[in-house]
Amino acid sequence: MGQAPAEVQGHIPEGMELPPARKGERALARRRQTAAYLQLAPGGIYMLLGFVLPLIIIVYTSLSTSGLFSTGGKSVFSWEWSNYTTALSTYGDIYIRSILYAGIATTICIGLAYPMAYWIAFYGGRWKSTLFMLILVPFFVSFVIRTVQWNFILGTNGLLFGPLKSLGLVQQDFTVLRTPVAVIAGITYNFMPFAALPLYVSLERIDRRLVEAAKDLYASKAIAFRRVVVPLSFPGIFAAIILTFVPATGDYVNSVVLGGPRTTMIGQVIQDYFLSRHEYPVAAALSVILMAGMLVIALIYARVLGTEDSTLAAATA
Amino acid sequence: MSTAVAENVVTIPEAPIRTPRKRWTRFILPVFTIAMILYLAFPVIVMIVYSFNIIPNTGESERQTTEFHCCTVVHWQEIFKVPELNHALAVSLLVAFPAALLATGLGTFVGLVLGRYGFRGRGLTNFVIFLAIAVPEIVLGSSLLALFVQLGSSKPLGFYIPLGYWSIFVSHIAFSVAFVAITVRARVQGLDATLENAAQDLFASPRVTFFKVTLPLILPGIVAGFLLALVLSLDDFVITNFVNGSTNTFPTWVFGATRLGMPPQVNVWGTVLFLAGVLIAGLQILRARGVED
Repeated sequence: MGQAPAEVQGHIPEGMELPPARKGERALARRRQTAAYLQLAPGGIYMLLGFVLPLIIIVYTSLSTSGLFSTGGKSVFSWEWSNYTTALSTYGDIYIRSILYAGIATTICIGLAYPMAYWIAFYGGRWKSTLFMLILVPFFVSFVIRTVQWNFILGTNGLLFGPLKSLGLVQQDFTVLRTPVAVIAGITYNFMPFAALPLYVSLERIDRRLVEAAKDLYASKAIAFRRVVVPLSFPGIFAAIILTFVPATGDYVNSVVLGGPRTTMIGQVIQDYFLSRHEYPVAAALSVILMAGMLVIALIYARVLGTEDSTLAAATA
Repeated sequence: MSTAVAENVVTIPEAPIRTPRKRWTRFILPVFTIAMILYLAFPVIVMIVYSFNIIPNTGESERQTTEFHCCTVVHWQEIFKVPELNHALAVSLLVAFPAALLATGLGTFVGLVLGRYGFRGRGLTNFVIFLAIAVPEIVLGSSLLALFVQLGSSKPLGFYIPLGYWSIFVSHIAFSVAFVAITVRARVQGLDATLENAAQDLFASPRVTFFKVTLPLILPGIVAGFLLALVLSLDDFVITNFVNGSTNTFPTWVFGATRLGMPPQVNVWGTVLFLAGVLIAGLQILRARGVED
């Protein structure tokens, strides 16, 4: 951004001996702090305004009385907890459905990604990174396009069932689209890299000598895997669960494109309330409930892995 | 000498050679992995193949059909045939590049500071970044919409951001900054501090040290952060769908078009963007290999 030079002045590498007396050192420490804040300020302020403020506003909105935005009038903040009771009593079952779908998809994702990541990390040899790239490459295609293609593939007479039906292997009226199976399959597909990446990274990091040591101590291959490899990959499994489950719960592209009226997920309801019904306070309450649930999970995760490690895993994903 | 010694110890029984048992089960994992790779690639292959599909002329505008008739390049030639799609693509690019650049500028300094300084508020900053990544997109999207509508209705700051290009732009920067910051922070933390010390020992001013030593070393992190921000912005559907008003980006337009049936140009553009992504990723990998060697 071009403000670099002025701010770097205060930066002195750690461990460097400085001749001046204590007074000078303290001034230097203060300058370092100032330099840190100056560099942090533009991005930090942007994140406060563009990210923290919206979250505050949505909580505020969720406790306001209806008619707030649609009438164009001033917001009426009134500790309107009824928005929450309305949201929960009307859509409790949809929250449960979202969690269920996301949970099933997460389980399948990890079940499929783990053996794959394990084989590539342990037996991929010099093809390791190429093989792993092959897994990630499809996800360069836009999320929406991928999902639309699945809609096309799974269609009643689509690519998958069309040929099966003409062979008489599947009944004519059989369809997967608009069923929970299609939605869960879509979520599983779309969030696979979020599971595969942390699993691969954690498996790849395991010191092979530990597995060899286990074998030297007469552990069979299966026991070495179960007692050494799996426990050492726990951080990866944990990261995979969070990184898949959290976005999957809030997802609505899959349930709109692949689902039907009976597979509505909470993301769809939130979107509908905000963009079609314009009932902002209830919409905000629905959103805050989802956020709170996901934050609890994310915080447990941060507690276990630390925010730095966990955000890094998220970034690489 | 050594051969003589060896001859004296011939009595050692031959150690049982551990030959890996050649059972068919050893094929399970490789075959499974290849099957998974094919499964993950399947929709992409369908997309590419159907960009060459001959669509029977029904008199109406062209929509993707299930029957595949090989092959035509007409959709590739008529790549700009759908004006709304062109417009949506233009909006996507006009948002993504400047937003990614700005987010990189803002995020790089946040990452630098987090990677090297201890300061009051460090934990809080890390937490906000963590939040930015952990909060579901739908929550962030709806929150940003609430912010823009609130600004529009009560004008507490005397100005407002209309839903459309600018709201999309502002939102995309908001979620990209955190990702850039993390990428740069990881790079800064992996930095060998002695290199900077060495530069200073050789009488480089802090400014020279930054530009000649630190910046080149963290540049891969900055580039990776920029590319990440670019991809996130180009691909974003959920947040954009909340704040876009009536302006469409590529993903939101495709999403809307699915209800009527998809023109084949979507497959063509999908393939173009996919190839661009593959190309950039390939170059990044090659460059990373070059650095290692």
